[in-house]
Amino acid sequence: MTEGHQVALTVNGIPRAAHVPARRLLSDFLRHDLGLTGTHVGCEHGVCGACTVLVDGRPVRSCLLFAVSVDGASVTTVEGCCEPDGSLGPVQQAFWDRHGLQCGFCTPGFVTTITAYLEENPDPTEDEAREAIAGNLCRCTGYQNIIASVLRAADLRRGVRA
Amino acid sequence: MRLVKPSPFVYHRPTTLDQVLEILAEVGADGKVLAGGQSLIPLMSMRLAAPAHLVDINHVDGLDRVETERDGVRVGATARHAAVERNPAAFASVPLLRQALVHVAHPTIRNRGTTVGSLAHADPSGEMTAVLALLGGTVTLAGRGSERTVGAADFFQGPLESAVRPDEVAVEAFFPAPEGRTGSAWAEVSRRHGDYAVCGVGALVTLDDDLRVTASVVGLISVGPTPVVVDVSDALAGQPHDTADVVAAGALVRAAVDPEPDIHATAEYRRHLAGALTERALRDAARAAGASVDGGDA
Repeated sequence: MTEGHQVALTVNGIPRAAHVPARRLLSDFLRHDLGLTGTHVGCEHGVCGACTVLVDGRPVRSCLLFAVSVDGASVTTVEGCCEPDGSLGPVQQAFWDRHGLQCGFCTPGFVTTITAYLEENPDPTEDEAREAIAGNLCRCTGYQNIIASVLRAADLRRGVRA
Repeated sequence: MRLVKPSPFVYHRPTTLDQVLEILAEVGADGKVLAGGQSLIPLMSMRLAAPAHLVDINHVDGLDRVETERDGVRVGATARHAAVERNPAAFASVPLLRQALVHVAHPTIRNRGTTVGSLAHADPSGEMTAVLALLGGTVTLAGRGSERTVGAADFFQGPLESAVRPDEVAVEAFFPAPEGRTGSAWAEVSRRHGDYAVCGVGALVTLDDDLRVTASVVGLISVGPTPVVVDVSDALAGQPHDTADVVAAGALVRAAVDPEPDIHATAEYRRHLAGALTERALRDAARAAGASVDGGDA
C-alpha cells in the first residue's frame, strides 16, 4: 500500500490542502480533491495542453506533475485568470470578443498559457502569437480565431477597448 | 478512477544528495529518480514504467545550477531546459545549447523538463543527447561514496539506456565550448512543430584565419539506437566557408547512418533527411563561424 501525503498549495491565491496518494497527478488533485474542474484533462500524457496551469507563474502540464512534488507551490488555474471582482480577465474577454472557442474543452489550457505568455511578451506579432500557442491542441477552431484572441488580449491588457 | 494512471509507488523527498544516494542504495533497481518527469510521468501513466520507489530530487539544494566557465557550461540535475535555454552566458559560450533546446518539445514542457534528465533518459530522438555527443561532453554520476564522469560515447548505451546505475544519480552534465573559430547550428524535421524529430542534425564547423574549413562534424538524432556523430571534415577541409561542398558531406552522412523504419518514416526517408539536414546545418554553422569576429572562445 501507498501511504498518503498531505499536500498544501496556494491555488488562485487561496491556501488549499488535501491528503492524497503519492501518485495523484496535479490535474486530478485540482479536479477531484479541490473540485476545481476548470482545468481540463485531455490526453493525460502531455501532448494536448488542455491541463496547462501556472506553477509559480510558469505554464506547465498539470498531468505531468505529481501533486506531492509541488507541495508548497503557488498554482494559477483558469478560474484564477479573472479580474479580482470575478469578471472576465483580459484573455478570457479576448476569447469572447474574437470567438476563440467553440466546444471550449481546450480553452482552459489556452487561457493559462496565453496569460503567462503575455506577461513576458506583452506585444506579440501574429507569428509570435502563433508560436505561443503551438503547444496546445484545438480540434474546433482551426486556430485562426485563437491567434486573433492572443492579439486582442494584448490590446485589452494595454487598455485598448476598440 | 480510470486506469490510465500511474501504479502506486513510495514517494521519497530527500533534501540532500547524501539522502538521495542512501535511498537509491537501499531500494536498488526498484527505485527511479524523479527530476522534471516530463518523460517519466507519461511512461508511468501509460504503465510502461512502474517503479516501486520514486526519489524526487527537486527539493535538493544546489542541483539547479547553470554555470558558464571559461571552457564550457555546467548544468545541474534539476536545471530546467528553459533555464539553460534562456541563460545568456551559456548561449554565448555554447550557442548550440539554445539552438537545439528550442526544438525540445514545447516551452511548457521545457519549463519543467530538465536537461540532465533528458540525457539520463537517453531517448535517441532527444536533441540534447546529440548535443552532448557532438560537443564531446560528459555526465557526472554520483553514487554512495563514489563519483565518476562518463563521456558521451560511453554514456549512451542504447535506446532509453544510459550508463547510470540503479544506485547512482546523474548530478551534472558538462557541455564543452567549441574551440577556435567555430560556428554551430541545428536543423530538424518533425511531423508537427514540437513533436519528436523524424530526424535532427547538429553541426559544428571550424574555420582558420582565411575562413577556410579546418574541421566539421555533425551529430544526429532519430537515426540509430544512440546519437550518431559523423566527422565530415574530409568532405569540407580546406574549402572556403561560404562555398564548401556540403552536398558531399551529406552523402558521407547518408552512407554512415543506418536508420530504422517506423510508423512515421521509412528508413530510406530518414536517410534522405539525414543528408539534407546535414547540408542545411553545415551551411548555417559555416555562416555562423564566418560571421564570428573574435575567433571563438577568446
